[in-house]
Amino acid sequence: MIPAKDEWQRALIYRHGTEFQKRISSSVVAVCGLGGLGSNIAMALARAGIGKLILIDFDRVDITNLHRQQYKANQIGLYKTEALMHNLIEINPYLEMQLHTVCIDETNTKELLTDADIICEAFDNPEAKANLVNFVLEKMPRKYIVAASGMAGIGSGNTIKTKKLSRRFYLCGDEKSEVSEKSGLLSSRVMLCAAHQAHTVLRIIAEEFEV
Amino acid sequence: MVKINGEQLGIDGYSMTEYLLSAGYDIKRVAVELNGNILPKADYDETLLKDGDSLEVVSFVGGG
Repeated sequence: MIPAKDEWQRALIYRHGTEFQKRISSSVVAVCGLGGLGSNIAMALARAGIGKLILIDFDRVDITNLHRQQYKANQIGLYKTEALMHNLIEINPYLEMQLHTVCIDETNTKELLTDADIICEAFDNPEAKANLVNFVLEKMPRKYIVAASGMAGIGSGNTIKTKKLSRRFYLCGDEKSEVSEKSGLLSSRVMLCAAHQAHTVLRIIAEEFEV
Repeated sequence: MVKINGEQLGIDGYSMTEYLLSAGYDIKRVAVELNGNILPKADYDETLLKDGDSLEVVSFVGGG
């Protein structure tokens, strides 16, 4: 039995308090890339009752994604945007979402991210990461960006950190551990990094700007 | 002296591009904050580092 909307809201307020929940429920967050980072960030924010998620990814679910991304075996072949929307709705039936099954580049970034208050960079390609961060900081002066770098391998979970680089730019990860043939991505360490990103989003919403 | 990622270096007079290349960075993978503001990539060539500048260079690695 799916709870009614007011029951759902009451449960969130019970956990987060009226004022904070009001802020969470009126915030719009864009998640750019729906892989190991993005799918886990979206899960955490959906559970927290975020107002709206803008979900962006051009790719489809692949069997090699399932060890760390929030998809299921029966979703192989589906677009990640649609599969994730389905999974998030099962958790939070009242979540508002905007799906964009496209590749972000400098021609469409501004339009895709216009409604977002906070942007999560959750790509895997380092050049794509740098491009998005530079674009948002240069061209979208009111937005916050929470990016990630360095979460591959079996290194200690304690080396995953959040750094504040400037007023609108936060970076999560250990800044070193690159994915390679010898060092793959483990769900636990990627989730730690995604949790840092989601938590940073919630802290910005709470106006707790220091790390 | 220029402060880069917390470390003082005597690279006054270098352009941003010269410094990044000399330090082995791949310019396509970086974001640079100069004195707390993003430095647009288009300005790397003509931005000369001067005494007292504070830089944060983020070099992204793959994985996500």
